[in-house]
Amino acid sequence: MSGVQTMAMAKALNAGLRQAMLDDPKVLLMGEDIGPLGGVFRVTEGLLAEFGDKRVMDTPLAESGIVGTAIGLAMRGYRPVCEIQFDGFVYPAFDQITSQLAKMTNRHEGKLQMPVVIRIPYGGHIGAVEHHQESPEAYFAHTAGLRLVSPSSPNDAYWMIQEAIASNDPVVFFEPKSRYWPKGEVDTSASPQALHSSRVVREGTEVTLVGHGAMLAVLLQAAEVAAEEGTSIEVVDLRSLSPVDYEPILASVRKTGRLVVAQEAPGFVSLGSEIAATVTERAFYSLEAPVIRVAGFDTPFPPAKLEAVYLPDADRVLEAVDRALAY
Amino acid sequence: MSYTEATLQLLSPAGSLVESDATAEYLPYVEKLSDDQLREFHRTMVITRAFDLEATNLQRQGQMGLWVPSLGQEAAQVGSGFAARDQDHIFPSYREHAVGIIRGLDALDIIRMLRGLTHGGWDSDKVKNFHIYTLVLGSQTLHATGYAMGLTLDGVTATGDPETDQAVVVYFGDGATSQGDVSEALIFAASYQTPTLFFLQNNQWAISVPVERQSRTPLYLRPAGFGIPGIQIDGNDVLISYASSRKYLEEARSGGGPRFIEALTYRMGAHTSSDDPTKYRKDAETAHWAELDPISRFETYLRGRGESDAFFRDLAVEAADYASDIRTRTLALENPTAELIFDNVYSEPHALVAEQKAWLENYESSFDQGGAA
Repeated sequence: MSGVQTMAMAKALNAGLRQAMLDDPKVLLMGEDIGPLGGVFRVTEGLLAEFGDKRVMDTPLAESGIVGTAIGLAMRGYRPVCEIQFDGFVYPAFDQITSQLAKMTNRHEGKLQMPVVIRIPYGGHIGAVEHHQESPEAYFAHTAGLRLVSPSSPNDAYWMIQEAIASNDPVVFFEPKSRYWPKGEVDTSASPQALHSSRVVREGTEVTLVGHGAMLAVLLQAAEVAAEEGTSIEVVDLRSLSPVDYEPILASVRKTGRLVVAQEAPGFVSLGSEIAATVTERAFYSLEAPVIRVAGFDTPFPPAKLEAVYLPDADRVLEAVDRALAY
Repeated sequence: MSYTEATLQLLSPAGSLVESDATAEYLPYVEKLSDDQLREFHRTMVITRAFDLEATNLQRQGQMGLWVPSLGQEAAQVGSGFAARDQDHIFPSYREHAVGIIRGLDALDIIRMLRGLTHGGWDSDKVKNFHIYTLVLGSQTLHATGYAMGLTLDGVTATGDPETDQAVVVYFGDGATSQGDVSEALIFAASYQTPTLFFLQNNQWAISVPVERQSRTPLYLRPAGFGIPGIQIDGNDVLISYASSRKYLEEARSGGGPRFIEALTYRMGAHTSSDDPTKYRKDAETAHWAELDPISRFETYLRGRGESDAFFRDLAVEAADYASDIRTRTLALENPTAELIFDNVYSEPHALVAEQKAWLENYESSFDQGGAA
């Protein structure tokens, strides 16, 4: 496979995983229902048939067990990629991820590497039941030793999953499940962008919008509406949630003077809060308005019939843009 | 939980060999042991106890924030420790000092960790695959199981050659059996038929909570529910600890799948130096287990076999020297420098950590120049 192809993100992830497995025989996939079923989102479809059950392991239904044994496999020189079925199911593995996986290299004083990827389909917009629409990235961003990334497009998904697998540090990989199906172009022969870098995806002059994953589509939609109304908006795709690549954000803010950070996760003690604080520290004299956060409410994710009210949409983003411009 | 009819024992508390139908299959492993090997069992138990008591003293004298004594559990550890082969991997909890010493660990490395100089302390590649301690109870059972899954994938186990086939021993305690991770490890080990020996030291107490609160059924019966063979042994009998571990490890390494041993022993001291067992344990219980001391029992056995007074006298001197050397080197340990905070948080460069390391260096050096910048 080479050149530019049009495919959905789920398919792009599948192609990226497949390429990583072809490139390195130490890459293993582990998770619930990832074998014959191909995962509940079909991201691993066909990989069992191609690579066999020693490299595509349908595991017992135990998230801590998946991550804990992945740590042991990584100690043995493997590069496990663990699929957590849904965002809200990651918590049984929280101890193994935060107290063990994240700290292993440090505890071993650098003599041990932990090339483990934890794939988590995250976020709302799919009308699912409780525990199936959450955005838990802040819990993991707070833990040193982990790296966090989230693609927003099929092309990034194809490349970033391969870069995450190639990382010698543990990577929590947040897949925006509402973006699994829309298609986009994937250039399989291009050189990938560095994993932990953010990127300006739309240029503008008056307000900067920053977000990641599924939020990117909302931000681009908001920018389009604003443009029709005569407001020029720049959009930055965060891509890496930990560490955050601040330079493109700061450069944008120095130009626009206004920043709105948007996310599906609750706003209190969140990635958006952290970015707001850091940009305020580093670009204070460039700011014409306070950094404004647009986020999910600080409530449990509501029953699905209310998710459209809960999740920030283009209108909520534009309301924040209006507030920023009012200063 | 004290000994039951199911408890396998090769050496009675009085120090004599027990020969019965139940132990017949274990006795051959002991009969193969040379006099030197038997002496080495005893030597390691005595050295470990001397080390442990010296470390307890060092903690009491302010040289460590915490000490985790192994007092009373020497036989369970020494028997199983010598049963493992050099190529095996050992995943300890945090009390397996004797096993570490058997694998060639400088016991000072344990002190370095508990003195607050490091979170780890040693490189398992250099101490016959004795991995570093894990402080969260039961977490290491999953790491051990994953490692054993890797051995199977690599085809370095169950080839039919016990001299090279690898296996994994994982240590955990009665308190840890209540952790979900231990059950998940048993599930994964059974599902993937890993070459794992689960070695449970039931020392009767999880800090202040008795084992009866952890389990209403003897713990050796639990693995049966996972499809894993399990036995209960007298953990203060170094011979059954060795023989049963040897047998189960050979079965595991030859493709038989995981095995489980519950070693009934007793934590003769405190959980850690921060604990006061007189608040929750009865003197009668402590006295009962003192009668079952693993070291005096084995000494009686060796003397009965004709071991000389000189051996025990020389060993006492060696143990005292060992402890004295530990004391001297503990007092000479230097504190780490601030780079330890930042180095090795990640394997690859990380912008935020690099930035904070540079900030601290700049901050510290600002004082050298006569004031904060």
